[in-house]
Order: sequence, then structure tokens, then C-alpha cells
Amino acid sequence: MKIHEYQGKEIFRKYGVPTPKGILALSPNEAEAAAKELGTSVVVVKAQIHAGGRGKGGGVKLAKSPAEAKELAKQMLGMMLKTIQTGPEGTKVHKVYIEEGLAIGQELYLGVTLDRVTSRVTFMASREGGVEIEEVAEKHPEKILRETVDPAVGFLDFQGRNLAFGLGLTGPTVNKFAQFCTALYKMFIETDASLVEINPLVILKDGGVVALDAKVTFDENALYRHKDLLNYRDLAEEDARETQAKEWDLAYIALEGNIGCMVNGAGLAMATMDTIKLVGGSPANFLDVGGGASKEKVTAAFKLILADPAVKAVLVNIFGGIMKCDVIADGIIAAAKEVQLKVPLIVRLEGTNVEQGKELLRNSGLAITPADNLRQAAEKAVAALK
Amino acid sequence: MSILVNENTKVLCQGITGSAGSFHSKQMLDYGTKLVGGVTPGKGGTDFEGKVPVFNTVADAVKQTGANTSVIFVPPPFAADSIMEAADAGVSLIITITEGIPVLDMVRAKRYLQGKPGVRLIGPNCPGVITPGAKCKIGIMPGHIHKAGRIGVVSRSGTLTYEAVHQLTQLGLGQSTAVGIGGDPVNGTDFVDVLKLFNADPDTDAVIMIGEIGGSAEELGAEYVAREFTKPIAGFIAGQSAPPGKRMGHAGAIISGGKGTATEKIKAMEAAGILMAASPAELGTTLQAAVKRGPQKR
Repeated sequence: MKIHEYQGKEIFRKYGVPTPKGILALSPNEAEAAAKELGTSVVVVKAQIHAGGRGKGGGVKLAKSPAEAKELAKQMLGMMLKTIQTGPEGTKVHKVYIEEGLAIGQELYLGVTLDRVTSRVTFMASREGGVEIEEVAEKHPEKILRETVDPAVGFLDFQGRNLAFGLGLTGPTVNKFAQFCTALYKMFIETDASLVEINPLVILKDGGVVALDAKVTFDENALYRHKDLLNYRDLAEEDARETQAKEWDLAYIALEGNIGCMVNGAGLAMATMDTIKLVGGSPANFLDVGGGASKEKVTAAFKLILADPAVKAVLVNIFGGIMKCDVIADGIIAAAKEVQLKVPLIVRLEGTNVEQGKELLRNSGLAITPADNLRQAAEKAVAALK
Repeated sequence: MSILVNENTKVLCQGITGSAGSFHSKQMLDYGTKLVGGVTPGKGGTDFEGKVPVFNTVADAVKQTGANTSVIFVPPPFAADSIMEAADAGVSLIITITEGIPVLDMVRAKRYLQGKPGVRLIGPNCPGVITPGAKCKIGIMPGHIHKAGRIGVVSRSGTLTYEAVHQLTQLGLGQSTAVGIGGDPVNGTDFVDVLKLFNADPDTDAVIMIGEIGGSAEELGAEYVAREFTKPIAGFIAGQSAPPGKRMGHAGAIISGGKGTATEKIKAMEAAGILMAASPAELGTTLQAAVKRGPQKR
């Protein structure tokens, strides 16, 4: 689960991770009042959307007066902000965050995430703050410092110093930076975060260490033990169909094509999308109905797929393992009738009792095209569009 | 004649009285698996299906039954604890089926296992391990699609593994052992571990390796293949059309920061001499072609 920058900073402050003072604004007037209250000669107006790359997209601007803050907020609120992470249509801005201006000496990068190779939480730091860290990782991997945390003892002071000296910090800032990291690690563990990125983390002219940005993502699988964090969920930022799918316990990702897919198993679902692409089509979604593919789930999945107006054909690919193909075919037929399916339906079943399953599909009275294998199913789906 | 599990494997099921645990325990018994005990705290002293004793703790179960392997169906909030309990009780192979375990729980569990040499974890979020020739099925895979034989299967996905096994069986190619390593970002046994075991197994002639987007386990597997693997090997990667930044069902299947793409993985595997299937419809035939091509050259 992703959250907004202002929410991330709220959590940072609870854990003693220093942040600038800031106030959330939902209207230009609120933005003006916030700038007055902060009282610094310069304030920063920051569009609050979940996607990164806001600065380059025009979502982060300096205001030299409360009136200018109001004007900038007016421009940003309601705009479709396009960044490298939003996709071409952009994301609508509903909130802006007004933050005090600071005397910045240096911009750094700090990220905390899971290192899958070592199965441990890892800190990554770089002097190349404020820019695309992926680009730094790609072109100059040696510029990224890493400290891997042993979960038995947690983040250690010397690891903070290793990073600080590696970043070229000096004097009292070294210990401030180490303390910053220790507080951040505590927050990461106690909230079951999966990613915390601070880009930039700034060293102030007076030597202070402050998180100027906060990109925080939580582990969805751990949210059951963090009911408080659920308040941070912003459904306006999430795909409505993906949210609905979660309610039905389905894994669904909307894509840009026109062939709706329903598959059991995540790997097979991805492979189905790949095959559609391979034969010249374009999948409308990723959808895993789960290993069992029960009638209830298949019905819910059909509803979800058909809610996408772009869908012009549906491809169902089910490997009947423990659940037999004839039972699955019955489920598909019942579900197709219930949702009054109007687009071509191509079904590929494989596994136990596959012949009985196909027979049921053929005799269903519905316009179902059975396919013998996945490639053929994909080809038939593409052909059905014409 | 296989890897990881064989006719001497005596299995415990942790979570045997839950809905998934009891359903699949029944399936395992029907297949012929030596399921010698179950564990559900508070239900010790009862039995499952009139023949499998249930214990309160894994330690008790191991003492009473001599089990050397455990399969875990415990719900996600308690699953990491169950893994550590099994390791502490001296179970040498722990197969975790549970999907949805918090990542940081697994980070801690894996750290705990480092202090327990001789303990191997498979999964979590995996279909399990099966050796058809020994009638030993530990997990949720449909037993009847398998056939005893000499092909090794290793995969991060569930149904895609069944797809591969089914195609192999249709072609008359039986399996020595099929291993699902799971779709989570933190898992126990990886491709390299399983490939090493297959390489050393005199009864495995060739291997099919099925990966997906996210992480670098396939690249590390490919490096190992290039370095030491001697047998014919075919491969497939799912997720060539997956958009970046989205978790594709499995917690570990995500392209992040431009890393973990199918293209990178396919390139690494091809460079290592693995014959890649273009589509999942061709898993079996690609393995056949790899066998025809012969052992890995170096």
C-alpha cells in the first residue's frame, strides 16, 4: 500500500525522523493560510499524488509569498499531473502540501528496502540526491553505498557512520545522520514497510539532517496488524477495479489492451498475457482467479473483466488440477449466463476430465469457442476481434 | 532416484485441522505419501481420518513419529512461527505452502534458520515437492498429472508447473522430482540450490526451469548453469508483457526500478545455454529439443 508524502512525514515525525514543518491544503485559500502560518520567506508547494517524479512534472514549486502559494495551489489542484511514473494520462491532484523553505547545503539519497538476494533489509545511500536513483544505479552502481541489516541485532551505529563517512559527511552531522538512520529503521520494522525512499535527504547549512521527501510503501500482507495505517489508504489514487478485485480476493491488474483474461494461478496468468502478445493481440488485464477457480470466483471475475469497456473478447485459461475440468466448465457456463456475456468467449481447459469439460462448453448453447491449447486460444481470441 | 523427498520421507502436516490442511492431507494420503502426523496446538491427542495422530507441538510430533519433513498450511500470521518451530524440533525439510506471509516475518525466520544447519526451507507460497516414483507428494499439486521418470522440474509458479508437468507426461516424459520454490520475495531454497541437487542426482537426465519477473533468482540460476551444470536444460520466463511497478499476483513478481524484467532474465538464461520456450504451450517440446541437443557444453 502506497501513501502520500505528507502521510509518510507524519509517520516519520512519530519515530523522531526529522522533517520540515508542513501543512496539508485542500484549497488555494488553505494553501495561502498555511504559507502564512509557516512564516518562512519561501515555502514549497507540493502536489500530493502517489507517483514519484513530481518535481520534473511541475508538481513541486517554490513560492516567495502566501499569495504566490495560493496561486500555485490553484494551478496544481485539479490538474492532471504527468510524471514518468503516472502513465500518459497523468494523475489528478486533490491535495497540496505546503512546506517551510530550508537553507539546504547538500542533497542526498537514502532508501531502505528488502534486498532479495540476502533476504535482509538494506540501506542504500548516494551523494546523487534529487535525481533518478534508478539512473544512478544503472550507470554508476559504485556511487550507491549499501548497508545490510542483520535482523537479529537491527541497524547498528557503525553502519550509520559507514554510510555518513561514505557520503563525505563531517563533524556532528555524522552522528546526526546515524541517528536518522536508526530512527528510520525502527519505523521501517514497526510499520512493516516494504520501501522507504527519501530523495532528497538534505543536509542543512547548519549541519542538520532532514527528510525533504518521503516515499513510503507498506507490505499489504502485514496490514492486518496495522489497523492504524489503513486510515492512510487513499482510494482516489488506486485503480477502482483493482480495489474491487481485492474485495473478491482476486488478483487483478488493469492493462491497456482489449482481450480480457481469466486464468488460475499468477504464473500462468502472466504466461497467458505473454502468449496473447506473442500472437499479435493485447491483453486488457492480468487476473488470477486462484488455484480452485470456483463458480463464485469465476462469476466475480467475469463481472470485473466486463466492467472494462475496452474488452472486446474474453479468454479463459484454466488448468484443472485438483478441481476437474467438467466442474470448472459448469462454473464457467453458469457464470457466463449470470452476467449475460455478450462478447466472444474463448475457453482453454486442460487437465483432468478435459474432454467432458469441452463437451459441456460445446453443448451449453452459449457462444463459447473452445481451444485445444494456449497458443490456439490466444489466436482465436485475436481472430474474434475482427 | 530423486531429490529432496523419497520413499523414506516421513511427513508431518502443520495446520492439519484447518480447511486447506485437512483437504490436502487427505489428497497426500490418497497419493501414497507417508503422512505420519499432524500438528495443531490445542488439538493434541486427537487423530485425522482415523489414522494420523495430531500433536500439540512439532517437538512432540517428531519425538513420537520420527518425522523428518513438515508441510505447513498454517495461516499467514502464524506461519513464520511454525517454520521456526519445525526447525527447532529438528525437522530437516520444511515445505511451506502458505501464501501471504508478511515479508519481515520471513526475514526473521530465514535469519533463524541460518543458526540451524541441515534445515532446508522450501517456499513459502509454493505448490510443494513431489517425487512420483516414490509416491511422495508433499503439497497442493494434483498428483495424477505426474508420472515417474527422469526429468527434473523447478519453478516459481504453481499452475505453470502443472502445465509443464502435464505437457511432459503427455509426451511420455516422466519426472524425477518437481519442486515449486514459491513466488515470494523471501524464500528458502532458490533455483541454484535445486539445480545443484538435480545436477548431482544420477536419476535426473534433464531439467526444466520456470521463472517469472521480479528479483534476480533466475539470473543467479543462469550463472550457476553456465559455471557447473552439465545436463540438458530448458527454461521459460513468465511476465514478458507485465507492466513495471505492479505486483502480478505473486508478492515477488514485480519489476521495480527497471530491474527484474523478463527480457533480462531470458537473455541471461539463453547466454547460459538454457533452451528457452517462446510460449507456455511449448514447455514440453522445448525440453525435448534440449534433450536432443545434448548435455551442456563448456
